Amino acid sequence: MDRAATADKIAALIEPFNKKGIEITDASTFAGDLEFDSLTVMDFVAAIEDEFDIIITMNQQAEIESYGQLIDAVVKLQG
Amino acid sequence: MPPSRSKGGGSTLALSPHPNPSPPGMGFRKPKLGVCMTDLFSKFDPLIEQRRALLSTGVTDPFNLVMEKVVSPTVALCNGRETILLGTYNYMGMTFDPDVIEAGKQALDDFGSGTTGSRVLNGTYAGHRAVEEALKEFYAMDHAMVFSTGYQANLGIISTIAGKGDYIVLDIDSHASIWDGCKMGDAEVVPFKHNDIEAMDKRLGRIPEGAGKLVILEGVYSMLGDIAPLKEMIAVAKKHGAMVLVDEAHSMGFIGPNGRGVAEDQGCLDDVDFVIGTFSKSVGTVGGFCVSNHPKFEIMRLVCRPYVFTASLPPSVVATACTSIRKLMHAGNKRAHLWENSKILHKGLREAGFQLGTEEPQSAIIAVIMPDLERGAMMWEALLHEGLYVNLARPPATPANMTLLRCSLCAEHSAEQVRTILGMFTRAGKAVGIIA
Repeated sequence: MDRAATADKIAALIEPFNKKGIEITDASTFAGDLEFDSLTVMDFVAAIEDEFDIIITMNQQAEIESYGQLIDAVVKLQG
Repeated sequence: MPPSRSKGGGSTLALSPHPNPSPPGMGFRKPKLGVCMTDLFSKFDPLIEQRRALLSTGVTDPFNLVMEKVVSPTVALCNGRETILLGTYNYMGMTFDPDVIEAGKQALDDFGSGTTGSRVLNGTYAGHRAVEEALKEFYAMDHAMVFSTGYQANLGIISTIAGKGDYIVLDIDSHASIWDGCKMGDAEVVPFKHNDIEAMDKRLGRIPEGAGKLVILEGVYSMLGDIAPLKEMIAVAKKHGAMVLVDEAHSMGFIGPNGRGVAEDQGCLDDVDFVIGTFSKSVGTVGGFCVSNHPKFEIMRLVCRPYVFTASLPPSVVATACTSIRKLMHAGNKRAHLWENSKILHKGLREAGFQLGTEEPQSAIIAVIMPDLERGAMMWEALLHEGLYVNLARPPATPANMTLLRCSLCAEHSAEQVRTILGMFTRAGKAVGIIA
C-alpha cells in the first residue's frame, strides 16, 4: 500500500480517538497536540496493528512523535 | 507517542519514588517567585505541583505514613492510634509466626547480620541453599534461584532471557518490575490489552519467523485483584512456540490446592516455563525468586546481572523465608479462612454501595474505586482516623487512570475485624460522600 492509501486509512482510524476534533497535519504530535494519554495510545496502536496486520513494538513507538512519522512507520512496516 | 514512558514506565508502584516524566511538548514552565531554575529535576514539576495541591487541602500525606509499632500481622500503631492493617499483602500472616521468628533469631546468632557478598562469591550460606530447596519442594520444580528482592527477580530473569532481537509479548497492566526487565534486556516489547486472549494471539502471530518469543503474564493483577485466564492464554502462547513466564507474587501460599498460585489452580503449571515469586507477601519477609524446570536453568546464576552484582539476603531473612515456606505447604485451614474473609469483605462493601474492581472476589485483594484522587485521599484519611490502613493507589500505577483504595486481606484477620472494617468503611464513605 502506498503512502497516500495508508494515510487515508490511518485518517479514518484516528477519528474516534481525536475527541476534540483537532485538525491533524503530518507535524501534529500525539502527546502534545493531540493530548493522547497512554491508554489512548494503546488502543489507537492496537487499531492500526489490526488494520494493517503489523506489530508496532513499544521500541518503535518510542521513536514516533508525530502523525507523519506514524504514517511513514506503517508504510515501512508493511514491507 | 511515548508509551514506554507513560503506560509502560508508568506501571510503576503507587509509592514509586520515580514519578512519571511529563510527556514531551507539554510546554513551557513558568519561573517561580524570582528563582528560575531549570535542571534535571524540572521534569518532576507537574508531580511536585500535584502533591502540593493535594497536601494544601490539609489532607494527611498518604505516601508518608509511619508505623510506630507493629503489634501483629493485622494491627499496628500509627500516629499513636491502634490501626487495623488492610493494605500490607501479608496474606498469610507469617510475619509474627513464632517458628518463623525463632528461625530468624537463631540465624542471627549462628551466621551474623549479613553476608556482605554476592551469591556467586562469598554470599551463599547454608540458609540460601536451604530456602532454595524449600522452594523446589513447594513448587515441585527442579530449579530455584533466590534474588534479594522480588523486583530484582523479574528484572534479572526477564532481561537475561529476552535480549536484543527477541520479542516479549505482555499484558499492558504488568508490574513495573516486568516493564523494567523488558527495557533492560533491550528486547522488542509488544503489549496487549489486559487479559485479552485474542489480542495476545494476534500479536504472537505477527512476530517474524524464527525470533525468540517470551510471553509474560501475572496470576493475580495487584491493582484490581483480578486473575488471568492463564489456562487459555498459556495454550495460545505454546501454540505460537513462545516460552511463558508467570508472576505469581500475589497468589503464592493462598491460591491453588498447594498454594502454588493461579497456574496451579487452573491446572496449567506444567506449561509455565518460569514462575516468579516474592518473599515479601505471603512468605512475610523480603526477597524474590524464580522456579523452573528448564534443564539449563542453573546457568542463570552466572549470567543474570541483578543476581550476580548485588549482596545476597541476610541469613536471618533466608531462615525466616525457609521456615515460612515450609509452613505454607500445610496451611489449608488458613487458606480457607482467608477466602472467607475476602468473600465477606467483598460482599459487605458491595452492599454498602462501593464500586469494586471485580464483580466477584478473585483473590485476597479487593480494590475500592474512588471517583478521583482528591476524594480518594480524603477517604483514605477518614479511614485512617477510623483506625484502618489501606493502600491509596493512583495513576500511573493504576489501570485506566483510576484512583483506588486497595485492600489486601490477611488469614489472621478475625471475622470480628472484618465486621469492624466494614463499619469503618461505611462511616468514612458516608462522611466523605462516596456512598449515600
